Amino acid sequence: MKSLAELDKLRETLQREMKARDKEHDISIAVSMGTCGIAAGAREVVKVLLNELKEQGLAHVALTQTSCVGSCKHEPLLEIKRGNEKVIYVNVDQERAKEIVRRHLVQGEVIKEWTDS
Amino acid sequence: MEMYRSHVLVCAGAGCISSDCKSVQQALLANINDYNLDSEVKVVETGCMGPCDLGPVVMVFPDGVFYRKLKPEDTREIVNEHLLKGKVVTRLLHKPAGSDSQVAKFNDLEFFKRQTRVALRNTGVINPESVEEYIARDGYRALGKAISQMSPQEVIETIKEAGLRGRGGAGFPTGLKWQFTASAPGNPKYVVCNADEGDPGAFMDRSILEGDPHSVLEAMAICGYAIGSAKGYIYVRAEYPLAVERLELAISKAREYGLLGENIFGSDFSFDVEIRVGAGAFVCGEETALLASIEGRRGEPRPKPPFPAQEGLWGKPTVINNVETWANIPQIILNGAPWFASMGTEKSKGTKVFALAGKVNNTGLVEVPMGTTLREIIFDIGGGIAGGKEFKAVQTGGPSGGCIPAEYLDTPVDYESLNQLGTIMGSGGMIIVDEDTCMVDLAKFFLDFVRDESCGKCAPCRIGTKRMLEILERITRGEGQEGDIELLEELSSSIKNSALCGLGQTAPNPVLSTLRYFRHEYEAHIRDKKCPAGACPDLLTYYIDPRACKGCGLCSKACPSDAVMGEKKKPHTIDINKCIKCGTCKQKCKFDAVITL
Repeated sequence: MKSLAELDKLRETLQREMKARDKEHDISIAVSMGTCGIAAGAREVVKVLLNELKEQGLAHVALTQTSCVGSCKHEPLLEIKRGNEKVIYVNVDQERAKEIVRRHLVQGEVIKEWTDS
Repeated sequence: MEMYRSHVLVCAGAGCISSDCKSVQQALLANINDYNLDSEVKVVETGCMGPCDLGPVVMVFPDGVFYRKLKPEDTREIVNEHLLKGKVVTRLLHKPAGSDSQVAKFNDLEFFKRQTRVALRNTGVINPESVEEYIARDGYRALGKAISQMSPQEVIETIKEAGLRGRGGAGFPTGLKWQFTASAPGNPKYVVCNADEGDPGAFMDRSILEGDPHSVLEAMAICGYAIGSAKGYIYVRAEYPLAVERLELAISKAREYGLLGENIFGSDFSFDVEIRVGAGAFVCGEETALLASIEGRRGEPRPKPPFPAQEGLWGKPTVINNVETWANIPQIILNGAPWFASMGTEKSKGTKVFALAGKVNNTGLVEVPMGTTLREIIFDIGGGIAGGKEFKAVQTGGPSGGCIPAEYLDTPVDYESLNQLGTIMGSGGMIIVDEDTCMVDLAKFFLDFVRDESCGKCAPCRIGTKRMLEILERITRGEGQEGDIELLEELSSSIKNSALCGLGQTAPNPVLSTLRYFRHEYEAHIRDKKCPAGACPDLLTYYIDPRACKGCGLCSKACPSDAVMGEKKKPHTIDINKCIKCGTCKQKCKFDAVITL
């Protein structure tokens, strides 16, 4: 370690790997993982989301699961929370999952046609 | 970058290890593997999280869900329900004493919510074997900041302004100690970490060393920079093998990253640390005895002055601080003296770690700002007295301290307030006793401890504690005489005034403080030959209340000396000539019919 700047650079990388352990998360994705969700492919969606979050360097986003929300025909389904804003995406397949990370989380665009409203 | 959607923290502190957290961890890993979650969920072994009586404990992030008392077979449900489907496993959550519902998130539990963690900020949060996780939590930034942005004197001034006082017991201002050592003539200078934690029931130093070893190394290097020393020693007891192992690993990792060794952060400052393993003598926690032991001599104290700051290790100026004191240093450098001084009371700044033990619901480690009341620590965080019993007293400061009775529960805890009550902060051990504890017996326990641990160098401690113990044994056997209390007081004051080191000088404290608050218990033993708490076996007579006895026969079956007689379904009696006063009948009785007189 030759300087404080070098340490800080290393710390930034390492910190991202620890983000999951933060007490509060400003942005979170909750994938519905009831039997219906899993049957509709929610497991694969989670894997794709995790991979895409990694690709995009979005370590601060909490990726969680939740149980069936009672809207089984729209599975796989996920909810993104950012501050007070809540958006529910329905019928999310692997391709959509990737797009949601790229457009909603990176560019800040709500993809209206895939939401429940 | 490696990234997992969930981190599962498994506590591997000493308490959880003894409740077999290792099997839980293995089962957890096996189940994660079975469900193909390896690439999504990371299992992290951490140091002590604090709630030791709930072990093995696990925290699941990012949700922050806290599971307790886990068995290996519980892990399948956690993996299948929680990690895979996001459903919290309610039956494995903690239900705090007095509450009727389970609490899922650790941050909603009073035990965690009311704490302020400075010295323990990483303990139970990071993997202690990973320097990377320490760095991610701002580790070694304080050292970098000190070396590249502050002069050695500025570092000392910061510690002085922060008002940090020694957490090992005596409460001497740390900054002053550093200043004295920095300005003392003589070279080389040394930095020593006192990790010879020995008070019964105290284990904060152990937890820091096992859970966050780099914080101590970093702090020692900062001190080395401030006082002009290139060499540090950690004196840690052999009874803490895991602490020794993790320290060794931490030292080698820090050297790998160039955070210890030559030219740290590209400066001309060099510093390295060595471990010295002590054989576990209580007196070696006394600084002069500790230094003698590092030098390879017999661990015996010597009179002060000269203080270690003038003549320490090998006669050279030496800073010696306790583990918890060290763990505060990096945070003070990073956040500044005003931040630290904003916590605590006028003369005691910052936080203090307490080890709760004895008859309290939540035994374990807690860190709170100085000035927090005993009531908040014992009842709000500690969850009150176990088994619905009455609080009687709390022993603070271990064998060198004293007891505090219920009427002082609202005392804000700091160095001064505890001194006024006739006890000391000590290293932060708190042993809580309930109505069933005899205070004479408690004093006897601690006196027996110091008598056993006396190094024998000076007569007041070697012989005085032995004589005091004999008197206490006599009193608890019912052979106390008029004048015993006065004799105890006289011996106490002689030992206090003439013993060579802190261990001897404070040895009579448990007796003096129990005499101060519970003199009537001594008098009852001596005059009435009674133990009011019903704890001293020689002073008890076991008796069965014929009105309460249902004649179930449980007691007579359990009695090891066949002292209980009686026909089925008729009141039983105890033959006092055969009774050995073991108390088994009282434990077995479901109708509270066995009473002691």
